[in-house]
Amino acid sequence: MAQTLYDKLWDAHLVKQRDDGTALIYIDRHLLHEVTSPQAFEGLRLANRKPWRLNANLATPDHNVPTTLKERAQGVSGIEDETSRIQVQTLDDNCDEFGITEFKINDLRQGIVHVVGPEQGATLPGMTLVCGDSHTATHGAFAALAHGVGTSEVEHVLATQCLIQRKMKNLLIQVDGELQPGVTAKDIILAVIGEIGTAGGTGYAMEFAGSAISSLSMEGRMTICNMAIEAGARVGLVGCDQITLDYVKGRPFAPKGEQWDQAVAYWNTLHSDADAVFDKVVKLDAASIEPQVSWGTSPEMVVAVNGRVPDPAKAADENLRKSWEAALKYMGLKPNQAITDIQLDRVFIGSCTNSRIEDLRAAAEVAKGRKVAATLKQALVVPGSGLVKQQAEEEGLDKIFIEAGFEWREPGCSMCLAMNADKLGQGEHCASTSNRNFEGRQGYGGRTHLVSPAMAAAAAIAGHFVDVREF
Amino acid sequence: MQKFTQLNGLVAPLDRANVDTDLIIPKQFLKSIKRTGFGPNLFDELRYLDEGFPGQDCSQRPLNPDFVLNQPRFQQSEVLLSRQNFGCGSSREHAPWALVDYGFRAVIAPSFADIFFNNAPKNGLLLIQLDENTVDRLFNEVNASEGYRLLIDLPAQTVTTPSGEVLRFEMDPFRKHCLIEGLDDIGITLQDADAIKAYEAKQAAHTPWIFN
Repeated sequence: MAQTLYDKLWDAHLVKQRDDGTALIYIDRHLLHEVTSPQAFEGLRLANRKPWRLNANLATPDHNVPTTLKERAQGVSGIEDETSRIQVQTLDDNCDEFGITEFKINDLRQGIVHVVGPEQGATLPGMTLVCGDSHTATHGAFAALAHGVGTSEVEHVLATQCLIQRKMKNLLIQVDGELQPGVTAKDIILAVIGEIGTAGGTGYAMEFAGSAISSLSMEGRMTICNMAIEAGARVGLVGCDQITLDYVKGRPFAPKGEQWDQAVAYWNTLHSDADAVFDKVVKLDAASIEPQVSWGTSPEMVVAVNGRVPDPAKAADENLRKSWEAALKYMGLKPNQAITDIQLDRVFIGSCTNSRIEDLRAAAEVAKGRKVAATLKQALVVPGSGLVKQQAEEEGLDKIFIEAGFEWREPGCSMCLAMNADKLGQGEHCASTSNRNFEGRQGYGGRTHLVSPAMAAAAAIAGHFVDVREF
Repeated sequence: MQKFTQLNGLVAPLDRANVDTDLIIPKQFLKSIKRTGFGPNLFDELRYLDEGFPGQDCSQRPLNPDFVLNQPRFQQSEVLLSRQNFGCGSSREHAPWALVDYGFRAVIAPSFADIFFNNAPKNGLLLIQLDENTVDRLFNEVNASEGYRLLIDLPAQTVTTPSGEVLRFEMDPFRKHCLIEGLDDIGITLQDADAIKAYEAKQAAHTPWIFN
């Protein structure tokens, strides 16, 4: 019978189907960071349990790590915020105690867990992969079944190498055609979320296919799968092809020699069959997607850069009107205001959505030879890992950013979620390449606008949103 | 984990769709390495008029009088009524920890986000999904009558309103069993240790690179 990619991955990891409809699913790879793991390790200790398979686990601190050289110079002990320091130290202690491989704070391989996994080849096609972070959907770009879990499940995977699950439904997002120059993977996924809403993918594994997806680089595919969760889907997926194999080959954790050939033979089967049936299909025309900017406090609140903030008076129903009104109030915007009129205070280029080398190249291309607007308080560029930073510096991107007036930082989650020193002040508007524009996400009272790296760089130069296609 | 069988709980209405996990427990409180103590910071940005910090004494902070949980009639509420897509956003289990630590035992909404839906029952928090019209009606009833309580019976899978109306809800049999018995998933899974080992032995031949 014809199967979807999700069906194939599910079947390949089924340990036991239970009578009550749940299934025991084997987990190949487990990524850990400092925020959602301490209580799980504590649970293991209290129950006198040991990790089931040590080499399935890979850890790195990311959410809490400071991104300035000054604070990073002394390692963990140099983290000024005490609670952050304790959390990072606790991850180190737990990994040392249980024998888990960890890329510690100043290891060149440290970075955002969803950048590090693929970069190391720890994320491979055909794997099941989980992490105590909802943006684990990122790894689905490799035809891997990957999703976020809570701390109880982090502990469950550590102790059993399995999870108790129910099968999800299949959703296909088909994006065909060619993107306009200046329009990127980030604009595709924001347009998808705008189309189906933040709960549109709830209960589904969301596969992305079509000519616009298959022509994307792995970085672009990761950006798209990363935000599947913002459309409600825990799982994002893209089928395996030559682009996937070329990315994976030669990475430290990837198979080598004979095992590589054996793996490729299997990985080449990891795509939905031509006649596979999906429970739901959504189609988008790539050519009609414009650069997107979020205006509200939910990722579904997006419009094209040349559009306007919507008018709650025109909302389709009462609940929508109320949520638009609340969002406009929080964001300090007026109905029908042009997006290009929104004045910015800060710009953030980084996060597990957009901090890979291709993202930095796209931003640098826009920034090259220009200057950050004098009205901006800060424009940050934060590479996703030590290795991304090194690569960018080899290409001279750091110089382009610094000359333009951006700050060039050390790797980490940074201003995506304000668990470290990088934050928005109250009422400040930020063009951000991150994934969530929830109230307070980037700092108390902060106002987030989600955009692509190229759009963020252009906004930094102009001081307000501009259409990068005309820049 | 606290067992859940029956509850006759006071209901608090949080009339808002897409209540996200950042709203339930803001990021600065995720730095704790414990599972408890999140209750005073539940809905921190809605509940207080100032910015909250970990470890501070919340009893001295200015309360937002408009926020539902600050109103006298909703003190000691154990059932939270909300709108669609409750719990969307991050995978932080700190969200159900905060709701439970505050004193909530159940949340009623038309729909829940997937990861939150998975996390909550592992902490004894019952999630009840009722259709949008019913939830709408419950909002009207809660707002209209002070001291409004709902009788939740998990074994029977029913919610009974003060007027005696009985509403049935769906429940996954495995989650129901674990909630009623207060069971730990890990212990249940480890009963299948032999099946897990057999799976690994089979896969080691088929996909050896996974086990390198």
